[in-house]
Amino acid sequence: MNRTITVGISDLNVAKDGDVLVTYALGSCVGICLYDPIMKVAGLSHIMLPSSQGFPAGSQPHKFADTAIGILVRQMEQLGARQGRMKAKIAGGAQMFAGINNSSLANIGQRNVQAVKAELARLNIPIVAEDTGKNYGRTQFFHSVDGGMRIKSANRGEWMY
Amino acid sequence: MALKNYGDLNDMQLDALREIGNIGSGNAASSISLMLNRQVDIAVPVVRILDYQEVVENLGGPEQLLIGLLLSLQGQVTGMIMFLLHKDFAHLALNTLIGAEFDETSPLDEMGQSVIQEIGNIMAASYVNAIASLTGLEITISVPELCVDMAGAILSVPAIYYANISDKIIYIEDEFGHAEKRAASHILLIPEVDSLQKIMTSLGLDV
Repeated sequence: MNRTITVGISDLNVAKDGDVLVTYALGSCVGICLYDPIMKVAGLSHIMLPSSQGFPAGSQPHKFADTAIGILVRQMEQLGARQGRMKAKIAGGAQMFAGINNSSLANIGQRNVQAVKAELARLNIPIVAEDTGKNYGRTQFFHSVDGGMRIKSANRGEWMY
Repeated sequence: MALKNYGDLNDMQLDALREIGNIGSGNAASSISLMLNRQVDIAVPVVRILDYQEVVENLGGPEQLLIGLLLSLQGQVTGMIMFLLHKDFAHLALNTLIGAEFDETSPLDEMGQSVIQEIGNIMAASYVNAIASLTGLEITISVPELCVDMAGAILSVPAIYYANISDKIIYIEDEFGHAEKRAASHILLIPEVDSLQKIMTSLGLDV
């Protein structure tokens, strides 16, 4: 029986042996799935903000795109994965409310997606699938058996990547 | 001592927020009674300071379908105010007002959305007027933005906003009703920390 491992907001976790990672209801946050197809090791990080800069030292590093992804890579390596083999699938970064122009929220979904892409490029991890932007929430499942990502929305259906 | 985040609020200051919640809810009940043209009463609101995660659990979990309304606060108090309504609340309002049925599968049509936005407007004004009348501060509100989606996705917006301030949220739970039906609404009050400080100073609750 495969386990389902829940990843909360500003959290990350790893899975293997057919276990499934899930993070519920991504809005403007971004879920980053990493996979090593040889070792069948999967990782999922749910980030909330693009950058840890300007936040006090000691802030939860799993919250930020620029600090969380590197931590996820290291945790996967401890299960035998290799960074050079990893591929990424990402989802989220929606704009939930159309007309919000508050400075800390303006285009936050888009800025999160950009920061995730920049960090993955820095780590030389290619993005092979993406379901980002638009204006609706997504629940993200990530299967360690084959690296498949399933996205479920509240009223728009489901997709496999 | 200046407030740095919502967790720094003392018991007296929390009581003041509860009082704002009470007055605001009372105002909201009268306005909604007028709009629906029938008596709407309201139970004593519950005001709590919660973590983001606790709010999500309180609302029925991250995938719970909710109607979210977001307004920004401008003037001497800046920040945001968010309403979260379960479908039964929308049912109650829409069925009473325009005789429409809003069920789980059908999206809100334009008329339904505009009615819900108007309710959000009235409710926000009720709370903002409560703050303004107690503190003498001038506050205006923006037009409400509407979103029907999963609780976790809607709440990611204030959670991100709050990430710069605090992991805590000022959470007010109201139960509206009339003779046959009751429905809950949830309000997140999100003043900037310096605005919260201003409110407390105006109330003489500086510590």
